[in-house]
Amino acid sequence: MTEPLAKPKRKNPLARTRQPLLPPSARSRKAHGLTLAASVGRFMLQCCGECGRYTYPAREACPSCLSSALSFRDAPTGGLLLSETRIEVTSDPYYRERMPWRAGLVKLDCGPNVVTHLHGDCGGSGVRVAMSLQLDKAGQAVFFAKPVSETPHMEDDPQWRELIADPKHRRVLISDGRSATAVALVNALKKAGAAKIFVGVAEQWKPFEERSSLEAIEGVELVDLDLTSERSVQELAMDIGAKVEILVNTADHVRPAHLFDAGAANTVRDAMDHTVMGLMRLAQAFGPVMRSRGADGATGAVAWVNLLSVHGLSNAPQFGVHSVAHAACLSLSQWLRNELRPGGIRVINAFTGPLDTEWFQTVPPPKVAPKALADAIIDGLKRGLEDIYIGDVAKDIEARLFDNPKAVEREAGR
Amino acid sequence: MVPPRRRQSYDGVVLAVPVTVPYQRYSIETAHWWMGKALRALAEGAGISHRDFDGFSVASFTMGPDVAVGLTQHFGLSPRHIDHVPMGGASGIVSLRRAARAVQAGDADIVACVAADTNSVDSFRNLLEGFSRFSQDAVYPYGAGGANGSFALIARHYMDRYGATREDFGKLCVAQRENALKNPHALMKKPLTLDQYMSARVIAEPFRLFDCVMPCAGAEAFLVMREETATSLGLPFVRLLSAIERHNAFPDDPMQVRGGWVMDRDELYGMAGVAPDDMDFVQTYDDYAVISMMQFEDLGFCAKGEGADFVRQHTFTIDGSFPHNTSGGQLSVGQAGAAGGHLGITEAIRQLLGIAGGTQVRDARLGLVSGFGMINYDRGLASAAAVLARA
Repeated sequence: MTEPLAKPKRKNPLARTRQPLLPPSARSRKAHGLTLAASVGRFMLQCCGECGRYTYPAREACPSCLSSALSFRDAPTGGLLLSETRIEVTSDPYYRERMPWRAGLVKLDCGPNVVTHLHGDCGGSGVRVAMSLQLDKAGQAVFFAKPVSETPHMEDDPQWRELIADPKHRRVLISDGRSATAVALVNALKKAGAAKIFVGVAEQWKPFEERSSLEAIEGVELVDLDLTSERSVQELAMDIGAKVEILVNTADHVRPAHLFDAGAANTVRDAMDHTVMGLMRLAQAFGPVMRSRGADGATGAVAWVNLLSVHGLSNAPQFGVHSVAHAACLSLSQWLRNELRPGGIRVINAFTGPLDTEWFQTVPPPKVAPKALADAIIDGLKRGLEDIYIGDVAKDIEARLFDNPKAVEREAGR
Repeated sequence: MVPPRRRQSYDGVVLAVPVTVPYQRYSIETAHWWMGKALRALAEGAGISHRDFDGFSVASFTMGPDVAVGLTQHFGLSPRHIDHVPMGGASGIVSLRRAARAVQAGDADIVACVAADTNSVDSFRNLLEGFSRFSQDAVYPYGAGGANGSFALIARHYMDRYGATREDFGKLCVAQRENALKNPHALMKKPLTLDQYMSARVIAEPFRLFDCVMPCAGAEAFLVMREETATSLGLPFVRLLSAIERHNAFPDDPMQVRGGWVMDRDELYGMAGVAPDDMDFVQTYDDYAVISMMQFEDLGFCAKGEGADFVRQHTFTIDGSFPHNTSGGQLSVGQAGAAGGHLGITEAIRQLLGIAGGTQVRDARLGLVSGFGMINYDRGLASAAAVLARA
């Protein structure tokens, strides 16, 4: 039985904030095949291209036939728990403050044995378990075994919560309330149990349609936030920075331009100021305080979500400006990911195709509805993903990039 | 392929000068310091200069960044046979086997087999963290329980499958403590009761405190030579009758319930011309009592799954029906890193020379020593054993 996660008590202002620590993070290069799978929520293991056997831990040669043709392939997630233990003593500082810790040995249906983190509701030896690959606080891939069927409050298992970024009882900042995705995100976060949602709005005196919808939702607070102003961002961080456990950056600025248009450079500069420079200002103001609160209780700071265009991965001429700005955002996001890692803060890139909003009015479907986008982001937080591809266009580009990035480039704009 | 050749006997190979450098819980010295002490004690015990050792075989987890050849310069040795045996608890017997063949073939005359490790306040954590690539990638990140966590999984499964209980493990641990109280080198000086064993604090279920060895600093060493060399030096010696080693045996067993001894035990007893029942004492590799129990089964003292029954039927103290780990074993003497694999050998030599003092088994003429090592991922990979006899 999992204890439901209690609403956190008000923090004692005199108590020291626990410093974030990370689980052991050394891995061989080959082991990062698992990291790739975990980042997108897939379950992949090395599989021999010659004899077809799965193998684990990551190797350089197949132990059955010595072929070096070992590639990571999707694998069935079922397994049998062979044995389990509850570790109560360790010399590792991260685990030391999280004891006891359940671990088990699982025989995967596809062959190999894996040492795995174990959900509290998994029974003893001989039970079936459902495996997944997750990213731990150090950003490294680890196995997690869950019971095959749902148990009450299973999402509140403390070991599971170390591997995800569940919004439950956490406070969230959405950076741009004028974004067409804001209302959907607020609703989805509320549904997921977020304690409070700050919604940033630039130049509040300018009316916008969704204002009344946002204000009508309990637990939502509209705050002044202009991402193009360093001062505005800094002021908000001073005010609420220490209360933000999940930051969702929805900043965008879609303004079409052709590369040879007079003034195209200005359009790009403007888009960059709203997006990549906006992200930079946010990172500088909110990054340090979030990083310092990565182990601040069961609902400490946990995730930073950047909403990015999938065209940032490979330029699409019809969204040339947008592609350029989001390519820069992606690079900055990777930088931010490295800077936030010591705090165990997960940086999630949510890649989406064109949204079903007015700025993409001329684009034919399929387009992503704001609610679908919001649901995908909540799903990513609750499953502990790092890269999320939302909607058919983004998924198509993800698959094609994985297959042949040059083909994506040549076929762009057709 | 032609059929495997019959193994040559170890006729004429002897062991002499058992050395234990008294252990310390923590040491500010390096492994080299401990090796130096051991080499000096070997030379003094043999009545020759350490420069006369023309073979050198070393086992250590903490000698880095040095390798064996670097150590020759450190200690002023000029050997013609040199070995580094990084096999944890199997190192002692593996060193012995290689040294035996070297002296038999004349590649060396006197091989110093030395195991030494230091233990500083943080060195054990560092060792666990970087133990092996598989351990780094696929074990340590899961709760960082180290060997305790990994063997807890093996023990839990063994208990579930064969009905062994913590009381059974406890009986072995308590008997070893009783033996250790007669060994002045043992770090554990207080008696241990079964109640204390059962109610100690949990380390990793099903293990509690007294299931686990205490890491410490120390060294164990012995000399391997031909009989005529020992005689000419006037050294008392014991004979090597047979020895086996096996690595990564039974890789398809989903969970470790046996070690490689099973594959080679017929040869072990065949070469020696003895049977398990002939043994006057047994020194198993006791990183955990469950592993000792597996060795009782795999070395033929009882059938697979009957280890717990065997424990219930016997007593394991020096004067017991099955004298076992007479020094107190690693569980009560301490685990000085790789020296844990040599501890059983030095104790066996003393027993067979009749110089074991307080731990002496009466009329000990034949003894078995076993080694086990390297939990690289989900199981211990290296297993080894040797039969030694009074000359």
